[in-house]
Amino acid sequence: MSINKIQTRMKEQLPEERRKNFSEVPLGYTKEEALIEASRCLQCLTRPCINGCPVQINIPGFIKAIKEENFEIAIEIIHESDLLPAVTGRVCPQEEQCQVVCIMGKAGEPVGIGRLERFIADWDLERRKKGEVRLPKKAEPRGKKIAVIGSGPAGLSCAVDLIKMGYEVTMFEAFHTSGGVLTYGIPEFRLPKAIVNEEIAFLDKLGVKRIFDYLVGRTSTIEELFKSGFSAIFIGSGAGLPQFMHIPGENLGGIYSANEFLTRVNLMKAYKFPDYDTPIKHGKRVAVIGGGNVAMDSARTALRLGAEHVYLIYRRSREEMPARLEEVIHAEEEGIEFLLLTNPVRYIGNENGLVQQVECLKMKLGEGDVSGRRRPIPIEGSEFKIDIDQAIVAVGTNPNPIIALTTKGLKTGRHGEIWADENGQTSVPGVFAGGDIVTGAATVITAMGAGRNAAKSIERYIKGELT
Amino acid sequence: MFKILKKEELGPGMILMEIEAPYVAKSVEPGQFVIVRVDEKGERIPLTIADFDREFGKITIVFQEIGKTTHLLNSKKEGESIVDVVGPLGNKTEIESFGKVVCIGGGIGVAPIFPIVRKLKSKGNEVISIVGYRSKSYVFWEEKMKRESSNLLIATNDGTYGEKGFVTDILKKVLSSNSDIRRVFTIGPVVMMKAVSDLTRDRKIKTIASLNSLMVCGMGMCGACRVMVGGETKFTCADGPDFDAHVVDFDSLAKRLAVYKEEEKVSFDNWKESEKV
Repeated sequence: MSINKIQTRMKEQLPEERRKNFSEVPLGYTKEEALIEASRCLQCLTRPCINGCPVQINIPGFIKAIKEENFEIAIEIIHESDLLPAVTGRVCPQEEQCQVVCIMGKAGEPVGIGRLERFIADWDLERRKKGEVRLPKKAEPRGKKIAVIGSGPAGLSCAVDLIKMGYEVTMFEAFHTSGGVLTYGIPEFRLPKAIVNEEIAFLDKLGVKRIFDYLVGRTSTIEELFKSGFSAIFIGSGAGLPQFMHIPGENLGGIYSANEFLTRVNLMKAYKFPDYDTPIKHGKRVAVIGGGNVAMDSARTALRLGAEHVYLIYRRSREEMPARLEEVIHAEEEGIEFLLLTNPVRYIGNENGLVQQVECLKMKLGEGDVSGRRRPIPIEGSEFKIDIDQAIVAVGTNPNPIIALTTKGLKTGRHGEIWADENGQTSVPGVFAGGDIVTGAATVITAMGAGRNAAKSIERYIKGELT
Repeated sequence: MFKILKKEELGPGMILMEIEAPYVAKSVEPGQFVIVRVDEKGERIPLTIADFDREFGKITIVFQEIGKTTHLLNSKKEGESIVDVVGPLGNKTEIESFGKVVCIGGGIGVAPIFPIVRKLKSKGNEVISIVGYRSKSYVFWEEKMKRESSNLLIATNDGTYGEKGFVTDILKKVLSSNSDIRRVFTIGPVVMMKAVSDLTRDRKIKTIASLNSLMVCGMGMCGACRVMVGGETKFTCADGPDFDAHVVDFDSLAKRLAVYKEEEKVSFDNWKESEKV
C-alpha cells in the first residue's frame, strides 16, 4: 500500500453554519481517520519532529502507539512531556514547529501531528469522564511548599511537575477561574472551555491547591508569600497589559482592547447577555486592528456576535501576518474582510462619545526591519474612512507590571518583562518566572515549556544545587 | 465565597455591607478598591473600600442601588455569600503630612473618602471635610466623619439638612477664607469632581480625584477603565484610581461611563421582570 501524500482531512463545521455559533470549528478525527493518519508516519530515524516541539514530545513514539491501537500507551507518552494535550493539540502552531520539519513534508504534506495529538487527548478525556482517571505517580512528600502565581499554561505545567516531584503546590489566580489565556483569551469555537476545565480538574485530583481572587502584588507581595512559608515561587502571570496605538479617538465608546473584548465574551460569557450580566456591544460594522491569532479570534468572535461586516485591518500584507495560516483561512472562509497594507490613524465619534468611523492610511512595504519582516511605509494622501460602530485593538500586549512594581530587586527588561536566566531563575533568590511574563506574548506551548523548565530548576534550588 | 457579615441601609437605596475578606483586609490601604461578583452569572463591578478591620478580616463596602448588579447585591442577606471579592486593587492614596487639607465626598462617595480622612488626621493634617447629599434622608456617617475631621461641613441639594446647595458652594467659601490649603481630595459623581477641580485649578491647589471608571479586570489586563489624563491614556485600575484632577478629561470619562446605558436598562428590566415572577 502506498502512503498518502496528503494529510487526512479533519471534518469542520461549514463556514456558513459556524459563523453563527460558538461551537468548535474542527470536529476531530474518528478512530479510522486517526489510524490512517498515524500510518503516514515513516518512523524515520532522524526524528526531527521531536526537536521541533518546544516540550520535546516523543512524537514518533505516540504515533506508533496510535497506529498499533495502543491508545493508553500513546497518551502516556504524551503526558511525559505535555499535560494539556487536548489544549496544545488544538492551539499549537504545529505547522511551524513539529510539522514543518517532518520528512513527509518534503514530498507532500507533513504528518498531521497536532490532529493526532488532539485525537488521543480527546480519547483520554472521554475515558476520564467515565471516571477512569489514571494519576501519574507522585514522589514521596518533600515537606516544602511552592507557590505558583498565575494559572495559565506556564503555571499549570509548572504546578503539575512540582506536585509530581512531591512538593505541596498552591496556585494563586487573580480571576475566579483557572486557565489564564486558555480561559479568558482563546474563544470557545477554537478551544472549548469544557476541555480546558477537564484538563485543569486533573490538577485538583493530583492535589494542587488552587486559590482564586488573589492578585499577587496587591493582595500580598512576593516577600509576604515567602514569609507565609513558601520555599520557592514561580511567576507565570502572563502578558496581561494590552497595547494601544495612541492615536486620536482611541478611547471612544465601542473601542476595545482585544483582551477586554475577549475577556467579556469568553470569561464573563457576555455572548449570553442578558442571561449573564456582563454586557458587550454587538457591533454591526466592526474593525479589528492587527494580524495575529488574537486579531483573528476577535474578528471571528465579532462575527458570531452578529456583525454584518468585520474588517481586519493590518498594516503589512497577508504574507507577514503572524497568525497561524489555519486561523487566517478560517477567518477568510467565514467572511472576514481583510484590509491589508492599511493602518488606522484616528477614530471619529459622535456626540455621545461612541465610535462612528475609522480613518486609515494605505501602506506599502519597504526594507526588512529588525523582525525580519518588511517595514510598512505610509502612502501619503491615501487617507480613507470606514463607517464602523465597534473597533477591537489587537496589536499586542506587554507583560503585566503589578508584580514587578511591588517586588524589590526583581530585574525587568525594556517592556517590563521579568528577567530570568536559562533556568528560569529571576534576580531574586527563590523566585522563578516563565511564559509571557518573561518572553512577551508567545505561544501556549512555549509557556508550558518554560513552566516545566522552571519546575526542574526549583527542584535544584530546593536541593541547594542552584543559588 | 465571601460571607456578608453585616448589612445596613444607610439611606434610600444606599447599602452598607461588611464582608469577610481576610486577605483583602490584611493589606488594604485607603484609596484602594475591590472587584465584586455577586453570583456565577454576575458581572465584575469595582467598589471602593469604605472601611476595614484587619484583626477580624473584614472590609466595608457601601453602594447605591442603581442597576441590576447593585440590586442583586442588595438582595443578598446577612449570612449569605457572594462569589468573588478580589483586591485590594489600585494604588493607595498618597497621604503625607501636608498641613491643611480639604476632603470632599459626594453622595455614596462619602464612604470611600472616610478612610482617607482618618489616615490624613493620623498623619497630623488639619482636615476640613465637605460632604454633599441629595437630601436629609441620604445623609450618612455624619458622626464618623465629624470624629475624624477638624471641621465637617454638610450640603444638601434641597436644603433639608446643612447648607442648601452643592459641595462646591461650600468649597468656594472655604477656599476664600483659607489661603493655606495644601491639598484637596475628592470622591463622588464625575460632574462634582469636575466642578471641584475647576475651583481649585486657578488657585493652584493640588487636587486628587478618585475615578470611578467602568472596569472588567481591575488588574491592568483589559483596559476597559482607560481614561485620558494630561493627554495620555491611563488605566484607572493600574495607574489610579487617584489622579491629578486638574489634568483629568472628565468629559470623556462621563461619556465612557454611559457606554452601556442601553444594555444596563435591558439587564435591569429583565431582572425586575424575573423578580415579579
